[in-house]
Amino acid sequence: MNTSQPSPLSLFQRWDILRLETQTELTKTLRTPGFVIPSLAFPVMFYVFFGLLFNAMGGQPGHGAKYMMATYAVFGAIGPALFSFGADVATDKDKGILSLKRVSPMPISSYFAARIITAMLFALVIILSLFALGAAFGSVAMTRGQWIATLIIVLFGTLPFCAIGLFIGLSVSAKAAPAVVNLIYLPMAFLSGLWVPIQLFPSTLELAANIFPAYHLAQLALAIQGNDLGAPWYLHAGALAAFTVVFLGLSVKRFNAIDNRH
Amino acid sequence: MPTDNQPLVTVTNVSKQFGKEQALNDISLCIQPNEVVALLGENGAGKTTTIGTLLGQLTVDSGQVRVFDHPAGHWAAKQQMGVMLQSAALPDNVKVIEQLRLFASYYPNSMPLEDVLNTALLTDLQHRKVQTLSGGQKQRLLFAMAIIGNPRLVILDEPTVGLDATARREFWRCIRALAAQGASVLLTTHYLEEADALSDRIVVLSKGQVVAQGVPEQIKAKLGGKSVRFRSNVSPEDIRKLLPDTEVHNRGDYIEVYSSAPQTHLKTLFTAGITTHDLTVSGISLEDAFLHLTQPTVSSESSANIQEIA
Repeated sequence: MNTSQPSPLSLFQRWDILRLETQTELTKTLRTPGFVIPSLAFPVMFYVFFGLLFNAMGGQPGHGAKYMMATYAVFGAIGPALFSFGADVATDKDKGILSLKRVSPMPISSYFAARIITAMLFALVIILSLFALGAAFGSVAMTRGQWIATLIIVLFGTLPFCAIGLFIGLSVSAKAAPAVVNLIYLPMAFLSGLWVPIQLFPSTLELAANIFPAYHLAQLALAIQGNDLGAPWYLHAGALAAFTVVFLGLSVKRFNAIDNRH
Repeated sequence: MPTDNQPLVTVTNVSKQFGKEQALNDISLCIQPNEVVALLGENGAGKTTTIGTLLGQLTVDSGQVRVFDHPAGHWAAKQQMGVMLQSAALPDNVKVIEQLRLFASYYPNSMPLEDVLNTALLTDLQHRKVQTLSGGQKQRLLFAMAIIGNPRLVILDEPTVGLDATARREFWRCIRALAAQGASVLLTTHYLEEADALSDRIVVLSKGQVVAQGVPEQIKAKLGGKSVRFRSNVSPEDIRKLLPDTEVHNRGDYIEVYSSAPQTHLKTLFTAGITTHDLTVSGISLEDAFLHLTQPTVSSESSANIQEIA
């Protein structure tokens, strides 16, 4: 029997919990090829079709490929964020896994941090694959600073989508979650100009794109290469921050309202 | 058992309402160190709600809950407790050992993994993925996750629901091994047999109230009634005369006798030469037993219910 007195978790213990949570999350995900392969293959495949093959047919060499590289990077990166939070949190909630973690002494923040890290690692792999394809087959030329800035912005730009995914995951059942996520993810991707350049949209649709966080993230990424529509960066950053705060707030409410009696 | 020790858990006059439904009605109970307490009751009696208040999942409407002298849900209380929630599931695609390693990291003074695997009879299964385990094996893994932190109190909410007889016996072995190590256990169940087999003390809940508590012998004597049913050519009145200390009811073709000593009573019937066709002896559900027990004091409405059930 344990006779030691309870003691608050040390920093080292917190780090250890986060490390193991992340490791478990990552192992679990990698053992689900049905998730891994589509989430990696879709953005890459789309980029090859629309960014590289179309681009090769004419116009300025490298221009379309560069533009599309940024928007498909956004498309690819926000997918794992939405699904890791939306679908997986819904499953954990329905199965009572989340409740069990809450009554255990672990800090629940490490559960969410582990998910953010996992989603970001996936985003990183997707972004780097697109970079490699763009550089090798699309004649994409950017300065080193531009490459790095694009990577960092898209990577951290997944945070609002983690928050949105979290809200979905806590709001709907595990069965409904993937469908709900897709219903938001795919139309938003198209209407934010991630698949087809937003410049080709009618002006009303272009204006309407402002309501989507993906549009703001894409504009930030495009601004690095000078291909954005011209709105100041802080408006986009502010919109993304607002989405994060609002959906985190909504999620906290949902989280506290989870019926723990199962 | 040291008597100078503080109780690990004290629940004092706790009430909790969900909408119009009174889930807990003035519940008081305590758990002493090194004691196995069974919370016995039907579905909806308030067992899981009671657990929820102990864990800090639910806030109480009135009354007080102290766990290790902390409010429910306090980190220091959580650190000294292990929990198996009702019908909690496990994530897929994780191996037994990985899941245990993860939960071990939550506690500052966790048990060595081999010891946990041993106690929960999981040693041979440690490299299996969770989705390949049987129901009983999954319950034992959840049990292992509950005890891995070396807790002083383990809460098990309906740990054996849905398990077959063998799996249930195996699970009982795990609980006994845990109790032998000196931990306190609070388990909920709706089987009197299970409460009797495992616990030092039984607390009986019905409709959100503690209706009885005591050592298993006392509770069994109160609740261990059987229903004896048969068809016969004699009238219920004749049976009543023969068995004055039982309750006899007419159920269509059948005569039903509530008996606390079915063997003796059947012997009396046979000796008196009463013919019995289609004889069955079955346990009375706890709810029936309560209604039956408390009949003299319950309202006329409830008495009507008994007649209906009987």
